[in-house]
Amino acid sequence: MIETFYELFLSRYNYWMAIILMLIGLYALIAKQNLVKKLIGLNIFQTAIFLFYISLGEVEGGTAPIYLPEGVDALYVNPVPHVLMLTAIVVGVSVTAVALSLIVRIYEEYGVIDEDELMQAVRRR
Amino acid sequence: MTMIDHIPVLMIVIPILASLLILLAGWYDRRFCYPISLITILFQFGSAIAILLHVMQEGTIRYSVGGWAPPLGIELVVDSFNSYILAAILLLAAATAFYARRSVEKEIGPEKTVSFYVLFQLLITGLVGMTITGDIFNLYVFLEISSITAYTLIASARRPHSYVASFNYLILGSIAGGFILLGIANLYAATGTLNMADLAHLLPASYELATVHAAFLFLMIGFSIKAAFFPLHLWLPDAYAESPSAVTILLSTAMAKVSIYAMFRILFSVFTTAYIIDTFPVTGFILFIATVAIVAGAVLAIAQKDLKRMLAYSSVSQVGYIMFALGVANQIALEGGLLHILGHAVMKGCLFMVAGLIIYRMGTSRLSDLKGVAKTMPISCAAFALAGASMIGIPPTIGFMSKYYLVLGALEAGHWVYAAVLLLGSLLAVGYIWRFIEIAYFGDHHGDHGEDHQTRAREGPLSMLAPIVGLALLSLFLGVFVEAVMEVVGPAVSILLGGA
Repeated sequence: MIETFYELFLSRYNYWMAIILMLIGLYALIAKQNLVKKLIGLNIFQTAIFLFYISLGEVEGGTAPIYLPEGVDALYVNPVPHVLMLTAIVVGVSVTAVALSLIVRIYEEYGVIDEDELMQAVRRR
Repeated sequence: MTMIDHIPVLMIVIPILASLLILLAGWYDRRFCYPISLITILFQFGSAIAILLHVMQEGTIRYSVGGWAPPLGIELVVDSFNSYILAAILLLAAATAFYARRSVEKEIGPEKTVSFYVLFQLLITGLVGMTITGDIFNLYVFLEISSITAYTLIASARRPHSYVASFNYLILGSIAGGFILLGIANLYAATGTLNMADLAHLLPASYELATVHAAFLFLMIGFSIKAAFFPLHLWLPDAYAESPSAVTILLSTAMAKVSIYAMFRILFSVFTTAYIIDTFPVTGFILFIATVAIVAGAVLAIAQKDLKRMLAYSSVSQVGYIMFALGVANQIALEGGLLHILGHAVMKGCLFMVAGLIIYRMGTSRLSDLKGVAKTMPISCAAFALAGASMIGIPPTIGFMSKYYLVLGALEAGHWVYAAVLLLGSLLAVGYIWRFIEIAYFGDHHGDHGEDHQTRAREGPLSMLAPIVGLALLSLFLGVFVEAVMEVVGPAVSILLGGA
């Protein structure tokens, strides 16, 4: 019983944390009415993916992957996921910037940032 | 290394530099923007043709970016499949670039033209990058470049609703991007590589892992959202109907096709047919959904009151045809599917151009306002009729040829019912194409309201009319000379079915 629990949850708790965060983000994206809150949900969703990647590259007891002098041996974490996530973070920031500017424009045009009210306002025009 | 080997990377680097140049030149004088953009797109189109001819004769081009060896470094791979897609999307991009000048002058504020052309150029470059990259994470990066520029371009129309359409697309597109990123993470966890050819080589050892199944589903759902595959098409009608005409054309032809290309690439070149047919049998399900998409898209198109929105729903239906080929997954059907990628890009490009021209001249695309429009705009309406005939699938147009191959493939695989539904879909296409034809040619325009539109409406300027007529004739000639296209499509399908 405890072994199954260990096997399923504790030994992989990093994945579970990523999954929980991801679901919180998706929930906010789907259920929240406020456009800014939706965007925050999107950011949580993306952050969960970043954490998932980073934890993939983790090696227990590993150090930072820096170039070592000849003859010195060290255990280091996989740097590739880190590099990939640098790119993905840039993408996430750009998407957030575009989305925020769209929300500003929507607010200027319709005076609302609540989705239901926005849909009514769109239909009225 | 000869010059031709460097062209793939130049097709990405030069346009990115050109988009910066457009920004700088636009600072000095706005009139420089359009020529630079046009020249760059023509350069890309020319290179695509050169690459296509080269690949047909000498085989696949592989290029390691920055000299880093492939499994770790980024690799650009152009084989007969993506050189065909590349030529198809850049043909449409070039036609759109000719068309865009007058349309942009009218639909987009003069203070925005500089940023419009910068983003336009970046969007095309992102799509080219997605098409020729051989690295799965690089694919994601180019996907996001093209997506972010697409969100901004949709919002560049001066209508308030376009902001809402853009925001909705942004949310769904970002979810799709996130799913694709998760799928890539799982693939990387299973194999430790991001290179597509390497993945295809290493994946069979872990086909039974749940990680790989999860990766497959994430990637499938992500690209289905991007390609607007029913029922994940909800962003599409608003995004197409509310964006400026030039952007609609580019989204519906180039961008939709590249998303489908990416899905084909992942399914066939990364996972290979052994996986999607034997290990994780998904083709039957795709075939079913594709048939639903064909019928549902067409029915929804018939229900629309707006010309652009009607064509947008028709796109949902046409994506179904291409996915139908993926569902059948045999040589003939896939040839039909790839033919339909080109055919649909050409004819839907033409139809959206006519819709854009009507908006340009009359300021509306409501079907009820377009009565008798064929009397004042005879050439564009004739082009619409020709491209529409291709959409329905009347021989000898390209639309007929691709559907003919699709039906043949379905029959060969024994899917009688699905083949019948595909033909039904063509009948439904008559429903929505004919509605416009009837209104344009046989609608009478009495009353003050009609007269008001009549006085303003006349045939469009040459720079808009030429691409319309060109694409309409192309949809006919590609069907007549289909043998020449099949010479390209045949090897492309062999590559798909034979793995990477």
